[in-house]
Amino acid sequence: MAHAPDPSSAASHTDWPDRIHAVFKKYNVRQVGHVPDTGHTRLIALCAQDNEIHDVVLTSEAEGPGLVLGATLGGERAALLMQSSGVGNCINTFSVLANCAAPLVLVVTMRGEFNDFNPWQRPMGKMTEETLKLCGFHVYRVDEEKDVEPVLAAACDMAYGGNFQVAVLLSQRMINRMPGAH
Amino acid sequence: MLDRREFVSRLLKDRGELMVLTGLGTATFDVASQGDNPLNFYIWSGMGCTAMVGLGLALARPDRRIAVITGDGDVLMALGSLATIAAKQPKNLSIVCIDNAVYAATGMQPTATGAGCDLAATARSCGFTHVAAPTDVAEADTLRPLLHKGDGPLFIHARVGTQKHERIVPTRDGIGMKQRFLQASGKPAMF
Repeated sequence: MAHAPDPSSAASHTDWPDRIHAVFKKYNVRQVGHVPDTGHTRLIALCAQDNEIHDVVLTSEAEGPGLVLGATLGGERAALLMQSSGVGNCINTFSVLANCAAPLVLVVTMRGEFNDFNPWQRPMGKMTEETLKLCGFHVYRVDEEKDVEPVLAAACDMAYGGNFQVAVLLSQRMINRMPGAH
Repeated sequence: MLDRREFVSRLLKDRGELMVLTGLGTATFDVASQGDNPLNFYIWSGMGCTAMVGLGLALARPDRRIAVITGDGDVLMALGSLATIAAKQPKNLSIVCIDNAVYAATGMQPTATGAGCDLAATARSCGFTHVAAPTDVAEADTLRPLLHKGDGPLFIHARVGTQKHERIVPTRDGIGMKQRFLQASGKPAMF
């Protein structure tokens, strides 16, 4: 049986989630939809505590693009947080963003690529980047913590400046996923 | 069973600045039959997402009222979104489900609502505190003020018949609709 993780400490020994939150603030992101992932724990908590951000807990990642289109129609910027397995759940609903030029910054924590305790994450993890490209996304990948802030900022510039959909993949090795974490 | 077009027509009478989102299917034709409007937004892909578009818009525009008008197929495809929406309790959002118990656009195949799935009960159990299930088209007149002033989130479950109505097909230009919607609601095109 796998060791149960302590979600309060997962991925909190570094401050990249704080820097992503700071970039969201700088770019006036007002809605953040998410399905949990251990790697996103701290960023989700930061967004939930932020009175200027509506954080929306989704029952499926597939609900996220609808939320983003609605935010866009209301004149607000939105972002989504999910793990790589969730990208597959969104393929059809991503289409509304392309059809309406609704901007999205999507932050994906990668699974199934490095030291994942659950090898069944590998198939979806392996196809995540190509899937996003087929869905029309511009895709960045971050392997080193020092790149988190400039890449997130570039993603925000691209998405909100040009009404595009941009994804940032955070590598599993960088996130340093705890053994047994989901 | 209600007549869907008459019900939608009465619900949208004197709509004023009500924002109306429609999902894939016949509900779009019902709304379009009442006249095109820059505060209408017709969704033509991503089946299942309409209610969530309503949530995003409701959160972004607490100063305005939003009605999602869509079919049972669209709601069934993303039942979980009812739980997501209820958790946020948006006071300015109404979801009107026009339930004919079939996928009318694709050949009248039965949906789960005909087999016993009760969407009003589903909405209630998800946490919608205001749920209405009209059985007479005249009830649209008492529900209409709730779209404009009621304490949401409101779920109206309208079981309708399968009468045929003229297909009124509105614009399918997503970017054009977005621009005119933003303009009509006082928002800049880029923000």
